[in-house]
Amino acid sequence: MTWEEMLPLLWPATVETAQMVGWSTLFTVLFGLPIGVALVVLDRGGLRPAPALRAVLGFVVNIGRSLPFIVLMIAIIPFTRLVVGTTIGTAAFVVPLTVGAVPFFARLVETALREVGTDVVQAAQAMGASRATVVRKVLLPEALPGLVAGLTVTVVALIGYSAMAGTLGGGGLGDLAVRYGYQRFETLLMIVTVVLLIVIVQLLQSLGDWVARRLSHK
Amino acid sequence: MIQASGLRKQYGDVVALDGVDLDVREGEIFGVLGQSGAGKSTLLRCVNLLERPDAGTVTVAGQNLTALREAELNQARRRIGMIHQHFALLSSRTVAGNVAFPLEIMGVPRAERERRVGELLELVGLEGRGGHRPYQLSGGQKQRVGIARALAGNPAVLLSDEATSALDPATTQQILALLKRLNAELGLTILLITHEMNVVKSVCDSVAIMTGGRVEESGTIADLVRTPGSRLTREIFPLPEPAPAGSVTLTFAGQAGRPVVSEVVRKFDVDLSILGGSIEELAGDSVGRLRVALEGADAGAALAYLRASGLIVEEAA
Ligand SMILES: Nc1ncnc2c1ncn2[C@@H]1O[C@H](COP(=O)(O)OP(=O)(O)O)[C@@H](O)[C@H]1O
Ligand SMILES: [Mg+2]
Repeated sequence: MTWEEMLPLLWPATVETAQMVGWSTLFTVLFGLPIGVALVVLDRGGLRPAPALRAVLGFVVNIGRSLPFIVLMIAIIPFTRLVVGTTIGTAAFVVPLTVGAVPFFARLVETALREVGTDVVQAAQAMGASRATVVRKVLLPEALPGLVAGLTVTVVALIGYSAMAGTLGGGGLGDLAVRYGYQRFETLLMIVTVVLLIVIVQLLQSLGDWVARRLSHK
Repeated sequence: MIQASGLRKQYGDVVALDGVDLDVREGEIFGVLGQSGAGKSTLLRCVNLLERPDAGTVTVAGQNLTALREAELNQARRRIGMIHQHFALLSSRTVAGNVAFPLEIMGVPRAERERRVGELLELVGLEGRGGHRPYQLSGGQKQRVGIARALAGNPAVLLSDEATSALDPATTQQILALLKRLNAELGLTILLITHEMNVVKSVCDSVAIMTGGRVEESGTIADLVRTPGSRLTREIFPLPEPAPAGSVTLTFAGQAGRPVVSEVVRKFDVDLSILGGSIEELAGDSVGRLRVALEGADAGAALAYLRASGLIVEEAA
């Protein structure tokens, strides 16, 4: 295969991967962040302790985390059909990617929030801050560098998941590598795809590290 | 200004507060002195209900805080400032942002906030530092930010949890001087807890000594140093205990400038030898404690004269 033949394959595949990862990142933050906050707030010694509810939530999150992604993807096919009306194509795979990444990200959010000292939380409460204010103005801003680091790890994991999703009909770089590189023995394309994935992950990680460092004032 | 009565707090098997009463008068600096684990922090955190006592009531500025619901309590807390041992500043905000934080909570508009932050930073001697980040400041400066933040809502009361314990001695004195100044200029009532006698000696008008979740002794420093056998006096003026047989321990308070000892030696047929003692500045008064041996025919009369002169005379058995 020549470069002229590879480019028309690589470009749309990259766009598909970017779309899958981009949308699922957005939804992962949308659902994962509140769940992570809830895991901390509801915990014993949290802002609004509710140990029973917290235990249920933790259990559900752990189930999500313990299923291998490929199994999860297949297991939730009915759910995917319900949400997007189809189970193939890039859009359909945003659902399993999100479902797979939410518990993962929620745990990272939980860890980041736990890093915030109890002394600043109590200082805010001593000033008469409501619980919502403590979450909005203390917990989240103070944990921001950790949240960005967690988000970076999540995006990188999503790129990995998306390659897997690709092989089941989601398209993207993973799909390309399997269809051409593996099934048609186009070794060069396989190598190019792998290199491309490595470069993307490296760039994202560096960007995430840089942002986290800029936000940290320790 | 602050009344606590019958406060009890238990953590599992540990009784952190075992029936504590406290009466802090308006405009005074009240120190709670005790060793680590005595229950001081728990007591302070019960005063603004960061910790809810198992039993007892807390009244601040006439308002019974223990009876309030959460929203009302949050309102009441805005009139109670608090400073912390490790400053508890938000690293995500600048110095100005930290001082503005309580004002944001109170819903003060931005322009008013900025004006007030400027005033507060000037009050604590941090003009021009508003744009700095907490990590760029020294410990003493961080505590000044903490103080400015605590004063943002014009509180009637300031609570201080070991506010100088993380600072070196010179910085400690500066922060204590600042607290003393705020107490004098703003009429701010300050309840501070500490494990350092030095803090009590430097700034407090009254003190409660805590051990094992109980208040062992409390009152104004002026009264306590005049109370024979008080724990405060023994700790401020360490003399060997028990006093050697035949010795006499004299406590001077309020006789500054009067040469009582030489008067005694001149007027009576006694020899006086000094065994130990020291003089301290306490609550604006010069207080001394002297252990002497008095010998001679007139010893009894000499002691009576000392008592009549207002000294506290403790005779060893
Ligand atoms: N949140 C808590 N959980 C369990 N035990 C606590 C808690 N807070 C304080 N204690 C215990 O209560 C006692 C008094 O603590 P504290 O009020 O912090 O003392 P101090 O401030 O005088 O050092 C200690 O034995 C401490 O271990
Ligand atoms: Mg303490």
